[in-house]
Amino acid sequence: MKSHLKLLGALVMLAVIGIQSSAHAETFVIDTKGAHASINFRIKHLGFSWLTGRFDKFSGEFTYDEKAPEKASIKVEIDTASVNSNHAERDKHLRNADFLDVTKFPKATFESTSVEVGENQTAKVHGTLTLHGVTKDITIDAKYIGGGKDPWGGFRRGFAGTTKLALADFGINYNLGPASKEVELDLHVEGIRK
Amino acid sequence: MGPFKLTNSTDTYGAVSRILHWGMAIAIFAMFALGLWMRTLDYYSPWYQQAPNIHKSIGIILLALLVLRLIWRLANVQPDDSHLKPIERRISKATHWAFYAILFALMVSGYFISTVDGRAIDVFDWFAVPSIYVQKGLEDTFGIIHEYLAYLVMALAGIHAAAALKHHFYDRDITLRRMWSGRSTRPYTSIDPERN
Repeated sequence: MKSHLKLLGALVMLAVIGIQSSAHAETFVIDTKGAHASINFRIKHLGFSWLTGRFDKFSGEFTYDEKAPEKASIKVEIDTASVNSNHAERDKHLRNADFLDVTKFPKATFESTSVEVGENQTAKVHGTLTLHGVTKDITIDAKYIGGGKDPWGGFRRGFAGTTKLALADFGINYNLGPASKEVELDLHVEGIRK
Repeated sequence: MGPFKLTNSTDTYGAVSRILHWGMAIAIFAMFALGLWMRTLDYYSPWYQQAPNIHKSIGIILLALLVLRLIWRLANVQPDDSHLKPIERRISKATHWAFYAILFALMVSGYFISTVDGRAIDVFDWFAVPSIYVQKGLEDTFGIIHEYLAYLVMALAGIHAAAALKHHFYDRDITLRRMWSGRSTRPYTSIDPERN
């Protein structure tokens, strides 16, 4: 009985918070806890196939206002040591000085600077990426996937994005061959409204 | 007490001990060099995959030999070391047992670098050693352990070799000779009053 009351109280609280925070820019915490977000990469192996991997650990927040999507912003911090290509020996190599050099550069960050809204719920998200100690402007092609109430009392929005980086631009110069100079990122974020 | 006896005696080392000692010594030095070299290889080197495969295969064989060698040592008498000073005896004993412990840790740490993602180690095309423990990211920790232990083994080998050479050329005793040829006398040390 008591626990029912507590639950009811919690639901009322959530509803109140939900009403209060609608209709202006809202902050969303990227749901890395529930793993409804992923930072995936792919790079050509010798030009013969795509090698895929991801960063297991990252965190971030974004703001979004349905009425002014151009004011949206996002900030993500990635734990570079969490690189995972499903092969311990390769991941060890990716972490060392030939590639990510994670002891020197344990974090990679992306912070948006402006958002150019396109058609069909797409946008170009401009921002700075700091990777391997090098900070550079990049653009992520983003698409709004959806948003709304989740079944557990929260409110979520989700996006997908892609971008392409030249490894040499970020000072990663290990020779993987002419077909493997660029890495493509495939990003998925779902945020839970604060 | 010729050099062709398989087992140890109180006078000298038998053929099995000597072959294991020198065989493993050569293999371990070669493995150290191979380990350093293979990390410098370019992705397009024909050895990029082959060198680590050889390193891992020999490593597993060395681990088996190390266990065999420990059993052999425990089952055999050790040649008499009463010609050593008490301090020398203590240091040599400590060094010898440190070799067993550190080599074991070195080889096991190497095994884990390659197997903590669940993969097995293929020993040439002969057999595979399966993974026994899986934990994401532990390959880095074992990598650091493996590297430091490798340097430690080289340092220990340096001390060990310096001591052997000191006994051979300075003390002029049979310490190195009985591990090298199995002979327990030195034809040109008959003037040494302590040995006959």
